[in-house]
Amino acid sequence: MNRTQAFSLGLRSVMPMLLGVAPFGVIYGVVALQSGIPALAAMAMSSIVFAGSAQFLLAQLVGAGAPLLLTAGAVGLVNLRHALYSASVAPVLARLPLRWKILLAYLLTDEAYAAAIPHLMAVKPDSPQSAQAHWILFGSGFGLWAGWQLATLAGVLIGAQLPANLGLEFALPLTFIAIVVPMIDSRARFMAALAAGAVAVVLTAMPYKVGLFMAALAGLVAGVAMPRRAK
Amino acid sequence: MNLWWLMLACGVITFGIRYSFIAAEGHYQPPTWFRRLLPFVPIAALTALTAPELLLVHGEIVLGGSNPRLWAGLVAIIVAALWRNTLLTIGCGFLALFLLQRS
Repeated sequence: MNRTQAFSLGLRSVMPMLLGVAPFGVIYGVVALQSGIPALAAMAMSSIVFAGSAQFLLAQLVGAGAPLLLTAGAVGLVNLRHALYSASVAPVLARLPLRWKILLAYLLTDEAYAAAIPHLMAVKPDSPQSAQAHWILFGSGFGLWAGWQLATLAGVLIGAQLPANLGLEFALPLTFIAIVVPMIDSRARFMAALAAGAVAVVLTAMPYKVGLFMAALAGLVAGVAMPRRAK
Repeated sequence: MNLWWLMLACGVITFGIRYSFIAAEGHYQPPTWFRRLLPFVPIAALTALTAPELLLVHGEIVLGGSNPRLWAGLVAIIVAALWRNTLLTIGCGFLALFLLQRS
């Protein structure tokens, strides 16, 4: 696998998710304008913050006139689960130059991570493929970034005239299902999914998506706690 | 002007979270239990994102026929388990949602 093939693999893997991300981007653009954020700032936020649910929250809190410190803290909490993605891909990126680490960290969203991780896990360490593996993550990260910018732009420019309620957002959970289900090949992994899903549902009312982070942690602990059996 | 500073701060915070472990890699020796957690990150994090989308309607657990997303999601789970094909899974999930919403 050369770098072009790796890049296009990542790009192709993230494509179905763009179907679900695009309506979110459009709605974000509309919400940002309604919160009194100028169009230029709303667009810039998609590059500077580049985090879907955090941008929604930021727009709403700005609109409500919330204190700056609270707003920044809330954005940090919403994005806390990305630290898990960072830990997950860190070994793959360990030998890359600094500029690559910075670029890929900037692009590390839920969707880019989800699209790339099955392929990254399939690459054996120290194999010839592992030297190009970061191009997969760059492909999925770039694809999502470009889609998010375009969707935000459409929301800011065309706004509420776009039909936002087509049910396309369902593409996101469906793609996550397509990624996660084939990974569940042991009791430990099944328990990890069960615990994470259950805790996420129970803690859904926690503010700033803290429940999501707790649910992911619960899944990790449940997976490790299961006794490992020889296959 | 405050808005731009706020955006910049939120951008730095978000980047810092995403960069944290990538930057630390090689500079610390993580304990064994930490390394053992990592293979479960994709399953745990992505299931945590997905389960509420299927089970909750306006923040309440709805298991019956009035929650077509749950049944469409179950169709997708079965298709994904049987064929391990991303586009087929998404296609069947959407088809199921469409049929359930019409009925």
